[in-house]
Amino acid sequence: MKITDVVNRVDTQEKIRGAAQYIEDIPFDNLHYARTLRSTLPKGKILKVAYPRGFPGITVVDAGDILARNEVSMVTTDMPIFADGEVNYVGEAIALIVGRDKDEIIAFMKGIEVTYDPGTPLFTCDDAEENLFTRRHYSKGDLASLEGLEVFEGRYRTPYQEQLYMEKQGVVAEVKEGVVEIFGSMQCPYYVVNALKNALDYPEEKIRVVQTVTGGAFGGKEDYPSIMACQTALAALKIKAPVQLVYDRREDIQFTTKRHPSDITIKSYYREGRIEGMKIDVGIDAGPYLGLSDVVLQRAILTMTGAYGVPHLEVSGTVYKTNNIFNGAFRGFGGPQSLFALESHMSQLAARLGVDPLDFREKHFVHQGELTSTGGRFHEEIHLEEMTRILKEMSGYPHLARDGRGRLVGYGVAVVPHGGGFTGDGEAEHIKAVVKLRKDTEQFIHILVSNVEMGQGALTALSKIVASALDVPMERIIYKNPDTRLVPDSGPTAASRTTMVVGRLLYDAALKMKDALEEREEVVVTEHYHQPAYLAWDQENLRGNAYLSYSWAALLARVEVDPVTLEVTCTDIHGVYDVGLPIDEKMLLGQVHGGVIQGLGYGMMETMDSKEGLIQHNSFSSYAVPTTEDIPAIHTRWLINPYIEGPFGAKAAGELTLVGVAPAIATAVADALGREIYEIPVLPEKLLKVVKS
Amino acid sequence: MTMVSFIVNSKPVTLETDLSRRLLDVLRDDLGLTGTKEGCGEGECGACQVYLDGDLVNSCMVPMANVIGKSVLTIEGFSETEAYRQIEAAYIEEGAVQCGYCIPGMVMATGALLRSNPHPDLEAIKDGLSGNICRCTGYQTIFKAVERASKEEVKK
Ligand code: FES
Ligand code: FES
Repeated sequence: MKITDVVNRVDTQEKIRGAAQYIEDIPFDNLHYARTLRSTLPKGKILKVAYPRGFPGITVVDAGDILARNEVSMVTTDMPIFADGEVNYVGEAIALIVGRDKDEIIAFMKGIEVTYDPGTPLFTCDDAEENLFTRRHYSKGDLASLEGLEVFEGRYRTPYQEQLYMEKQGVVAEVKEGVVEIFGSMQCPYYVVNALKNALDYPEEKIRVVQTVTGGAFGGKEDYPSIMACQTALAALKIKAPVQLVYDRREDIQFTTKRHPSDITIKSYYREGRIEGMKIDVGIDAGPYLGLSDVVLQRAILTMTGAYGVPHLEVSGTVYKTNNIFNGAFRGFGGPQSLFALESHMSQLAARLGVDPLDFREKHFVHQGELTSTGGRFHEEIHLEEMTRILKEMSGYPHLARDGRGRLVGYGVAVVPHGGGFTGDGEAEHIKAVVKLRKDTEQFIHILVSNVEMGQGALTALSKIVASALDVPMERIIYKNPDTRLVPDSGPTAASRTTMVVGRLLYDAALKMKDALEEREEVVVTEHYHQPAYLAWDQENLRGNAYLSYSWAALLARVEVDPVTLEVTCTDIHGVYDVGLPIDEKMLLGQVHGGVIQGLGYGMMETMDSKEGLIQHNSFSSYAVPTTEDIPAIHTRWLINPYIEGPFGAKAAGELTLVGVAPAIATAVADALGREIYEIPVLPEKLLKVVKS
Repeated sequence: MTMVSFIVNSKPVTLETDLSRRLLDVLRDDLGLTGTKEGCGEGECGACQVYLDGDLVNSCMVPMANVIGKSVLTIEGFSETEAYRQIEAAYIEEGAVQCGYCIPGMVMATGALLRSNPHPDLEAIKDGLSGNICRCTGYQTIFKAVERASKEEVKK
């Protein structure tokens, strides 16, 4: 087959029929259930946990059952598997309560009494020493030389966002012949392997992790499954039976990782309608444990100048330590926060200068061959002017109709990048992906990677790449959910790297296999990741090429605002996307729609507040995400710009689709109201303040 | 515990259960019909939708007391019907399925919509599926799939 052939997704039919087995659907013999005993205090010492008597079927698993280390090993190891003597956020796991009978577990839990010595929690991000995790900084040019120029400063705030994958977090742990086996809904099977190796002090041969059909993740199942796997592994080892831990929805919303709230200040120095310099400060709230937050911060600050060349820069960022819920990965990974701030700022300054927001952006666009904000070089072709032209053409810009039949009409734009793959030299230094391709004696070709299908289409995209590279029908490709006993570590399913990085390795493997395709014997080809020689990165000083490549989007949103209630309706999103060469347009269109609607939720609907460290919006009814009634018309065009290192020219796509939507909508609302907006979501109660100000 | 009899996917079933238990749990845990999913557990997402005497219901909100003597059709049973086959083909063709978790419920809702309104326009489709949350697709391809299913000729 050819890469241009139209295919249907390979995993669809069994999902439609309800035959696909997600973790909660899989039967295990003698399955025991677990629920989590959680801290009710944001900070304090645990003085005593008193358990009720008379429950022979119940086992408690807690810090006393730790085998080697009470650490969930991620980027750091600061998070305990079970609280040991102290708690640092509301909802922190103190123990698992395990039994055969769910009702008995609940009855037992009602009788538990935990006595604390309360500490003094921190809920806000200010610069008290005990409030800091990490600080990052980089600069370019000489900002001080711009003293005396006109300045425009804005402070932007973004809220929590909950992934709200439809399938809740869930794992099952089982011990078989001394091997700890984890089955579950996850993005990164080898993250789980590594966490277990550290927690149990087991060699890799005694650990097996199998990803089960995953009902959405969006980053939420990047680090979190490692925690649940460590807890249930200890439980399964203790009771010598399989243990299932599946959260209920409220628990999942309240106590698992979310998008970091942010507070970003941008000060622009400008002259003759052009920004000469920017001073940018980014703050994000990590919660009590660092987890992935420092990595999120780096992406946030490295994305801060977006699609624009700014000669003089001072960019700093801080990860704050608080006793709020701890945060983690969510599609975009720091990008949505930065780009809301930056794109709002660009439109605000354009309006203040009385110039068209797209023309103003165009003046600042980066070009091939120029230096990035960190002193790397844009190696690939960049077609931002062309994308803007297409955007104008498809939306009828600038002659945009203002008639809203009594409603205020507004338009907003955003032009945004997303860097593909891990930041800096992460792919080469940390991930070190390995992929395998195996042709069996029946002439089927097996894709052996640890990347997962979580809805985004990995099974189909990678199968299509291999089938096209080999010019064989898709039916000859076998790609199953990863089982770490069988597949090498090709890295996490994150950072929009699966198609671009893993897909390329598979493409190379396929080319090597091509000559052996007709042989009778089994053939195995292994490929290792090597960073292209023209890229260099200094992690210490954040200098060099921050990303392998950039994907781009140019967006225009149209909104209508009710002048009385201030309710916002988004009627249209126009988007032009450069994702290199789309591997499968139909599937990518699904990514665009999904990303746009998650971005729309972020920008105009999804509200999540925390009070005394406890998330207040904890259900589908209180945390409203877009339904069928909230969906605008989505108009999409591709800018075909093949990426030389990508498989068939493909680049990152999954996250790009989300990151620019909130600022496009928020600036459209600002346009409709004739006011500036510095905070999302653009809900009526927030807009009322904007209008009154 | 009470003995209750009802019909599931055209087969009579009798089992002992608490009358306050949720139909969703009986389907999944007692009968092994795991195609019906639990998204929210409080009637807000539609992932658990089934037909109860032909009406679309959220099975997480239905106590077993309300099921006695009635007929339940789940995705497993619905997928044996002609009406379903058209919907399945349309969902596949339009690429309307991503993670799939909302899809069995979405398909049940689609079936109910097309039964009451064989040729819905976009507004009617949005209205008909407004009780079903999908976090992956942005719904566009699902709207297209419903439209396509409504246009396919009914095969006898
Ligand atoms: S699980 Fe029943 S409506 Fe969500
Ligand atoms: S396909 Fe994932 S929730 Fe709908």
